[in-house]
Amino acid sequence: MMQHLPVLQVLLPLLAAPFAALLRGRDLAWGVAFITTGAAFLISIALFLEQRALGTTLVYEMGNWAAPIGIVYVIDAASALVLPVISGIGFVATLAARQLVAAEIDARDHALFYAAWLLTIAGMLGQVTTGDAFNIFVFLEISSLSAYALVAMGSGRDRRALPAAFNYLILGTVGATFYVIGLGLLYMLTGTLNLVDLAERLPQVEETRAAFTAMAFIALGLFLKMALFPLHFWLVPAYAHAPSAVTALMASTATKVSVYVLIRLIFGVFGVEFPGLADAVGLLVLTLGIAGAFVGTLAAIVETDLKKLFAQSSIAQLGYMAIGIGAMSATGLAAAFLHLFNHALMKGALFLAIGMIAAQAGRATMGTIQGAGKQIPITMTAILFGGLALIGVPLTAGFISKLYLIRALLEQDFWLLAGLTFLSSALALAYVWKIIEAAWLQPRPKGAPKLHETASQYIPAWIMVIATLGFGIYATPLVQAAFAAAHVFIPSVAGAN
Amino acid sequence: MNPFIEQLLGQWNYYLVIVLMMIGFYGVIARGNMVKKIVGLNIFQTSVFMLYISMGKVAQGTAPILTGDPTTVYSNPLPHVLILTAIVVGVSTTAVGYALIIRIHESFGTIEDDDIIAQLDDEEDVS
Repeated sequence: MMQHLPVLQVLLPLLAAPFAALLRGRDLAWGVAFITTGAAFLISIALFLEQRALGTTLVYEMGNWAAPIGIVYVIDAASALVLPVISGIGFVATLAARQLVAAEIDARDHALFYAAWLLTIAGMLGQVTTGDAFNIFVFLEISSLSAYALVAMGSGRDRRALPAAFNYLILGTVGATFYVIGLGLLYMLTGTLNLVDLAERLPQVEETRAAFTAMAFIALGLFLKMALFPLHFWLVPAYAHAPSAVTALMASTATKVSVYVLIRLIFGVFGVEFPGLADAVGLLVLTLGIAGAFVGTLAAIVETDLKKLFAQSSIAQLGYMAIGIGAMSATGLAAAFLHLFNHALMKGALFLAIGMIAAQAGRATMGTIQGAGKQIPITMTAILFGGLALIGVPLTAGFISKLYLIRALLEQDFWLLAGLTFLSSALALAYVWKIIEAAWLQPRPKGAPKLHETASQYIPAWIMVIATLGFGIYATPLVQAAFAAAHVFIPSVAGAN
Repeated sequence: MNPFIEQLLGQWNYYLVIVLMMIGFYGVIARGNMVKKIVGLNIFQTSVFMLYISMGKVAQGTAPILTGDPTTVYSNPLPHVLILTAIVVGVSTTAVGYALIIRIHESFGTIEDDDIIAQLDDEEDVS
């Protein structure tokens, strides 16, 4: 049983999805989703602990076919770290989804909603676990196709969800196809699709133009999928008009998985030594990352719709992850992993809290939350803590990842970039302050609908807030795990971290 | 023969793929009609299918069905299998895309990008 955990993790939600689709009555389908994501979360925790205890890579051979002929599922320090993020957020979001979905989605569609919901989680878990490059594409499309459907389900309340989902579909498919083109070129050069095998054979052909082109296509396709500035235009409408539960799930996981796949491909397959990688991809990612951090933050400052505001802030946060990747060092990668982890928690908390407001009021804008600090103090406090973590205030998880990010930049004497990173983080204070001011310092306008909160509404968001604070105060195990993950791709140099 | 022309002829399949890819990509980007966008996307994806299929061809190779004769040269079947999967993915994407277009037509009465944006802008002004 234990040795089958890596595949069960993916199979459970995949098999539960058609089952959920057949169930009538909204609570049954939700129950299936809840139990399945809960089990997946437990499995990923078990895998994480086992991997940390053994310190080795767990390999699951599908159908007992050894790599490179068969497809393997690989649990190494990197995938073991990302899996609990996805399944954990999936679990908490499912917990919150019962109320959010009941409020926002037609009861007839609940079974199908949870089927798509489980499929998208299965796809993301699969992308992280698999050790086969083409398998990544298949899982990418499983998670994306169900995500398009999930976004479109927001159309019951807000018809703008439909064009948003359509644009997401077009750009998502272009991104995935770019990835496949790159993969085709790699297969042509090496004759293999297994990630480990690819990494071994690539050095023989690394001087060819085809190998460089393959890298460019793969990187570009994944930039689109991870919404790296300036390829982020699909993200804001998709997040803003999707059902609130979907926004919470996707904002915390979907782009993160693409960041992970980018790291896995760029560092795990091509490797830092690959000719042109540091100059082309590294520099590009650094530049776009810092540009995205500013563009996203500035756009968030002028935004009044809370979902759009925090979607814009996601662009900025993805920029920070990109900076970590672009630093091309173990510390930088560790910072990217840390921020991937922490940002998932913060955005989960924020979008779950905002979702509860949107589910009641129809929309969550600056006007909706005006003076709401007294009416729904617990929910608003969750948003406040989430916002503080986004800025990177000490004692929140956001501080830890920013700290290591700046450290990684200083290690390489990127003084200007470190300063800019600090500045753009500080700018985030502007939009968080805007929310504080609206919620607590302004009176509730006369005639505004009364907002209310019950324990079941704010508990999911608070689980995330407590995790954010917990990992901010006691960060050592997480930092160690992030460095272990980074060292999978960039071996540690003696004397350094 | 001129080495440039020789290279051109030797790699004609790739040039075909690139031309097709760009036609499809142009359709996706330049067309405002959503059905045409999906058609462009299909052409774009098909070009990638052809890239894979053509690289699986081995000179003098036959279809990869066991003949029992050890001297038989087979074409590489793996790209075909991969593309079978990719075709399924492409069909699903097209289906989801068209389903969305139908719903968009129901609620906006148009499938032109510009008209939808114009309608949404009007809504923003009112609200």
